[in-house]
Amino acid sequence: MMSSTSPSIELIGSVRSESEVLFGDLRLAVRANQWTCLLGASGIGKSTILRLIAGLPTHVKLDGSIKSNDHLPISNRVSYMAQNDLLIPWATVSANVSLGNKLRGEKFSPEKKLKIIEKVGLMDHKKKYPFQLSGGQRQRAALARTLMENTPIVLLDEPFGSLDSNTREEMIDLTFESLKGKTVLFVTHDPHEAARLCESIYILGRQKTTSNRSLKPPFPKTYSDKLVFDLQYSLLEKIKSNRS
Amino acid sequence: MKAIIYIVCTFLSIFFFWELAVRLANPPPYILPTPYSVLVAFKENSLLIYEHSIVTIVEVLIGLTIGIILGMITALTLEIFVTARLILRPLLIFSQSIPVFAVAPLLTLWLGYGILSKVVMAILIIYFPVTSAFHDGLSQTPKRYLDLAKTMRGTNRRNLLYLKIPHSIPSLCSGIKLASVYAPIGAVIGEWVGSSQGLGYLMILANGRVKTDLMFASLFTLGILSITLFGLISYLLQISLSKYLKA
Repeated sequence: MMSSTSPSIELIGSVRSESEVLFGDLRLAVRANQWTCLLGASGIGKSTILRLIAGLPTHVKLDGSIKSNDHLPISNRVSYMAQNDLLIPWATVSANVSLGNKLRGEKFSPEKKLKIIEKVGLMDHKKKYPFQLSGGQRQRAALARTLMENTPIVLLDEPFGSLDSNTREEMIDLTFESLKGKTVLFVTHDPHEAARLCESIYILGRQKTTSNRSLKPPFPKTYSDKLVFDLQYSLLEKIKSNRS
Repeated sequence: MKAIIYIVCTFLSIFFFWELAVRLANPPPYILPTPYSVLVAFKENSLLIYEHSIVTIVEVLIGLTIGIILGMITALTLEIFVTARLILRPLLIFSQSIPVFAVAPLLTLWLGYGILSKVVMAILIIYFPVTSAFHDGLSQTPKRYLDLAKTMRGTNRRNLLYLKIPHSIPSLCSGIKLASVYAPIGAVIGEWVGSSQGLGYLMILANGRVKTDLMFASLFTLGILSITLFGLISYLLQISLSKYLKA
């Protein structure tokens, strides 16, 4: 349904609300086929940037532009995965996975859906309702829905934030592996996740947003990678200094 | 089960103290009959009460059905059309400032002494609670779902069908339960104002003939019917819509 090649995205400009400037001079280059990370303290407005790219209503105004390298519209080939899994409580896992198809009124292949559910490991739970699932299972269901959407651009808003560490490890690997080949913009406040997963890292600050050094491919890095730890500490320092 | 025992005990003790009070104070039976004489009146007039109950039940059920359907249609219209919201909403709220009792004589004048004026009365009294509850549910669909739907490029019609309506089902159910309590009130008001059948009519009749025991018997019948209706509707909603209600 979607074009298979992922575009790169460029966001240039300043973001302001009625009363204040959120991001003064923003220059983000989100490259195709890799993970780009927006790192910043909680409450700084990371999600707002995702909403701007997704074409969702926000309380802010962007003076500038969001462009893709293929000059096609962006907001109609985006899927969105948040910390809150956004599963529909009255629908089963299976129905949640194909929600997008239903809302667009389009036919889809049930085999494809089953394959995706199997891939995220929810075959035994596909007829359950979200409230019957654990936090990790819910996030798997949300991932399955994102995979079902199969859009070339995926926006991730702290999708691992609410998971316990074991579940998080599994979820990180599964998500990274299954989103291969897509343009992924990943928002987090956790420098560890940024260092492990992202080929480009931006540190958001009120005054300036800086592009930071990142590790060399391949990704994802393992939990205990020494380089990850080194980068993680330097990122943490920069987030702190950017906050003030 | 425990709840039922409590309720039965409460009622039994109410009846006990009622009987006690009447025996001690000894008022004339047309002022306050004993529970026992009410029971006797109920037994003696059971056929009469039954016939009039049927009329009231029919009025209530028809009124309830039409009122709920009209309320739902209005709520959907309010949700879909901004213009409808601007025009209809103030009108609806204004209409609520007129007591339904005040309209009853008019309805009887226009629609006659038959069943129709009572059905309309029941409709009028439940229409607003259903509309209001359903529309609240529709308009309070969490923004995060609608945002998600937007990124999924869902159409307005489908968002309504698959997100807003399912989300509003708990509120709609509250509205319908409320309606099931109000509908008998509407029907009985209609019967009071002018009719030749129904429990409301029977009450007025018994009252006029100082058959206070029969009046009480009718009143209790109405109470039991209303509670049964409420229980039945709550149960049906619960089993048929459980997946929307438990989440």
